Amino acid sequence: MLTRRVIPCLDVDGGRVVKGVSFVDIRDAGDPAELAAFYNAEGADELVFLDITASSDARNTMVDVVEKVSSEVFIPLTVGGGIRPVDNMRKMLEAGADKVAVNSAAVANPQLIEDCAKEFGAQCVVLALDVKRVDNPVIASFEQYGEVPAEALFRIVTHGGRRPTALDAVKWAKLATELGAGELLVTSMDADGQKTGYDNELLSVISDSVTVPVIASGGAGQLDHFYDALVEGKSDAVLAASLFHFGELRVSEVKSYLAERGIPMREV
Amino acid sequence: MTENSEIPRIVVLNTRAANVHSVEKALRKVGADPIVTDDPAELESADAAVLPGVGASDAVMTALNTLNMVEPIKRFAASGKPLLCVCVGLQVLFNSSEEGKLPGLGLVDGNVQIIPNGMIDELGSAMKVPHMGWNAVQFTGDDADRNTMFKGIPQGSHFYFVHSYRCVPDKQADVAATASYGVEICAAVARGNIVGTQFHPEKSGDMGLQIYKNFLDLASTIAK
Repeated sequence: MLTRRVIPCLDVDGGRVVKGVSFVDIRDAGDPAELAAFYNAEGADELVFLDITASSDARNTMVDVVEKVSSEVFIPLTVGGGIRPVDNMRKMLEAGADKVAVNSAAVANPQLIEDCAKEFGAQCVVLALDVKRVDNPVIASFEQYGEVPAEALFRIVTHGGRRPTALDAVKWAKLATELGAGELLVTSMDADGQKTGYDNELLSVISDSVTVPVIASGGAGQLDHFYDALVEGKSDAVLAASLFHFGELRVSEVKSYLAERGIPMREV
Repeated sequence: MTENSEIPRIVVLNTRAANVHSVEKALRKVGADPIVTDDPAELESADAAVLPGVGASDAVMTALNTLNMVEPIKRFAASGKPLLCVCVGLQVLFNSSEEGKLPGLGLVDGNVQIIPNGMIDELGSAMKVPHMGWNAVQFTGDDADRNTMFKGIPQGSHFYFVHSYRCVPDKQADVAATASYGVEICAAVARGNIVGTQFHPEKSGDMGLQIYKNFLDLASTIAK
């Protein structure tokens, strides 16, 4: 039986993990390799590293991070943040990443998804979607995606949530998978950081519209939120960042809870 | 590190697949010193070889054809030395695949078929294709009866899969392990020295590394 996945997400700035606090068993909470080993021992099914480095000259540090982590931790590794040309993606994969997540760059140029999928296979290409509900202002227009129905409830925002677009999230999810995205990482910008639960309506509508796996992101605050995202939200995997980093919940705790409630989980 | 003085020559065939480097790292982790190469001559002198692959089967077959690697692989397979094939590396062992037009290596009888879409799983969700994630693997036979490559791994251990097509061997005897995903998934194939896994041992934590350890031990006995 295929298990559902629990995925910690780590933000990396200039080669260091940010937002992490010290766990008892970790010497350096900023060291990506050490944190990766910790989460691996906790039973994390996969890891996502998000590069939030602002300056472009510090960008190459991410390749070193991936190289180091993948030499020590043998579970799937996704890298996202600022991934643009195919060559950039190749560097990450050669360094040991298994999947690369594309976000804003793919919205600006959907061809990027097709190019990457053709070159490396759809399983390597994760489309990250940052989504906001429509009571938020709609500014940019994206004519290449055709007409957006007024009733479309979920819209894409880009550039880390700073730039709203008129792009319908469900339509974008479908288009991206047709172009070759092998998995979707769906973040609700409304729920993100609120700790009131994932946006399960968003997750289930996207999960129902595509055939590829969906990773739920944004809003986890307590144990039952993970269960709801998998059952109501129909997600295939659940991701959380600060909740794990600040030690409010442990990965092992989430997995035992889900297993007790009948969700298939990998035992470690 | 290996205990014997002869360090085996393990060759990882560079099929340009995205998992080549992960395979190399996993082998290093268990103490091997693998050579990543696309030179058929390196294969001739190897004690053991890995054929990695992800993505499309035609992409792997095109790489093998372009590198003049098809005949050397067949010769290597016939030599009796350990050959480990991973994911699409396993799929190209078969005669043909529904995914591509190019014929496979034909080292295992059978074909490769698409995984049916949209079956409903135990939580009431539609089952996704690709089959992506950790699935429980059942090995055929007790530990003692298994191919050396799969010894020391408890029944039902989870391994990481990413694939949209599944291998369907003609002979049940070639199936070394299975997993369940609506349909039966052939998780591993073993035909003497030719062994393949549909899952990625290099991404399957400690149990995956055990397979590379077994592979290294096997290669070491060849090198002696």
